[in-house]
Amino acid sequence: MTHVFSALFRREFRSYFQTPLAGVFLVIFLLLSGLFTFQLGGLFERGQADLRPFFQFLPWLYLFLAPAVAMRLWAEDRRTGTIEILMTLPCPSWLVVLAKFLASWAFLSLAILLTCPLWMTVSYLGDPDHGIILTSYFGAILMGGAYLALGAAVSAATKNQVIAFILAVLISFGFLSAGYPVVLDFLGGWAPDFFVQAVASTSFLTHFDALQRGVLDMRDVLFFLLVMATSLVINRIMIDWKKAA
Amino acid sequence: MDNIVEAKGLCKSFGSLRAVDGIDLRVARGEVLGFLGPNGAGKSTTMRMLSGFLEPDAGSVHLCGVNLATNRQQALTNLGYLPEGAPAYPEMLVHEYLAFLAGVRGLYGAELRQRLAEVVEMVKLNTVFNQRVETLSKGFQRRLGLAGALLNSPPVLVLDEPTDGLDPNQKHEVRSLIRRLAPGKAIILSTHILEEVEAVCSRTVIINQGKVIFDGTPEELDQQAPNHVTSARLDWVFRQMTTGEVA
Repeated sequence: MTHVFSALFRREFRSYFQTPLAGVFLVIFLLLSGLFTFQLGGLFERGQADLRPFFQFLPWLYLFLAPAVAMRLWAEDRRTGTIEILMTLPCPSWLVVLAKFLASWAFLSLAILLTCPLWMTVSYLGDPDHGIILTSYFGAILMGGAYLALGAAVSAATKNQVIAFILAVLISFGFLSAGYPVVLDFLGGWAPDFFVQAVASTSFLTHFDALQRGVLDMRDVLFFLLVMATSLVINRIMIDWKKAA
Repeated sequence: MDNIVEAKGLCKSFGSLRAVDGIDLRVARGEVLGFLGPNGAGKSTTMRMLSGFLEPDAGSVHLCGVNLATNRQQALTNLGYLPEGAPAYPEMLVHEYLAFLAGVRGLYGAELRQRLAEVVEMVKLNTVFNQRVETLSKGFQRRLGLAGALLNSPPVLVLDEPTDGLDPNQKHEVRSLIRRLAPGKAIILSTHILEEVEAVCSRTVIINQGKVIFDGTPEELDQQAPNHVTSARLDWVFRQMTTGEVA
């Protein structure tokens, strides 16, 4: 089973680098990270040695870039027909789902880790709280996994990558904006309190905010893990349901 | 006879369309079964159910005596499957793709390398071993698909239109390969090309609108045509059976 998983994972991870996708993605991700951190976030102007400007904009960067990584996960296999090969292997289909997801998560995590020069920069300029930055990176990787799992589930439902991308952005936007006052105020006008609370508790922002402040609350970690697990179960169901499509 | 593929009462509907309607198939070791039918008759749907890709609405599939529905993983270890169009990952190199397929079938280390070398030799992929899949001709792509299906030396081969879109030379090569593989395996190949039946098959099943309308040897199929039909006799029988037209 380990060898089968390893073969599936390696193929998926390498596939990013066998097409221009990895290069284009990493360059855009790093450029935008720099732009958000230094220009919009005003890293220097703030006069504080931390990476808050970077992590503050990260959920928005993920909103478009994580679906771009996830959109091909299943839609491409469906389009080329290789899904028939994957789904007739003598291994459980959850193993294929997991291997594909973990490969995309490893790729996104690599992109995140490539922003470490930002950490080095603030360490050189001042004396940042490394614990907070470490927790923020951990949270960023966790949140990236949640975005990707949502994107993978959507990708499993279609052979069209553009549709997979747009739907994943919309669904992710729902999770992202759920914690914003404007959404909660709107809901608060007519929906019962428990519903408003429930919506607020599904927000990526709320859970990531605690992590980027350096608070490692297990509830936040569990939230992201739960989003991933649920999405992967939906992913698995989608593949079976839409096999003949 | 030792039936190593046994499908009973296979049914599959898509919405209101009944694509496959109660198909029974039995294939013994050493047999090459030609699975024929006009386009849209339900061939690929049946092949997909035999390979475990689609679950039948009713009926069962046993591969080497193992029920595909209840013991899927074990049943699939007996199967080599070439889906329609021989799909493969275009960005990979041929040897990478084969190593991947061997890996996901549980082969690794020295065993993987040895089996890879054997299959590449058998299917004659040596000249394109380091080429990208997307640069291969259709003939090589089919051969690559076949190589993938053969990696774990399965006793059952399910090949969906293995010669579709190939030129006469490529068809000849693929058919020779199937003939070489035939002893010791149960092979089911779907096709809508009748010459394939005469060239490689030991038995023929024709389906139309999801139902079996003929099951017999190619010779028995030939005998269905009247004596005055002197050329393309199988074409005549096929047309007569599937459309009722004989002109």
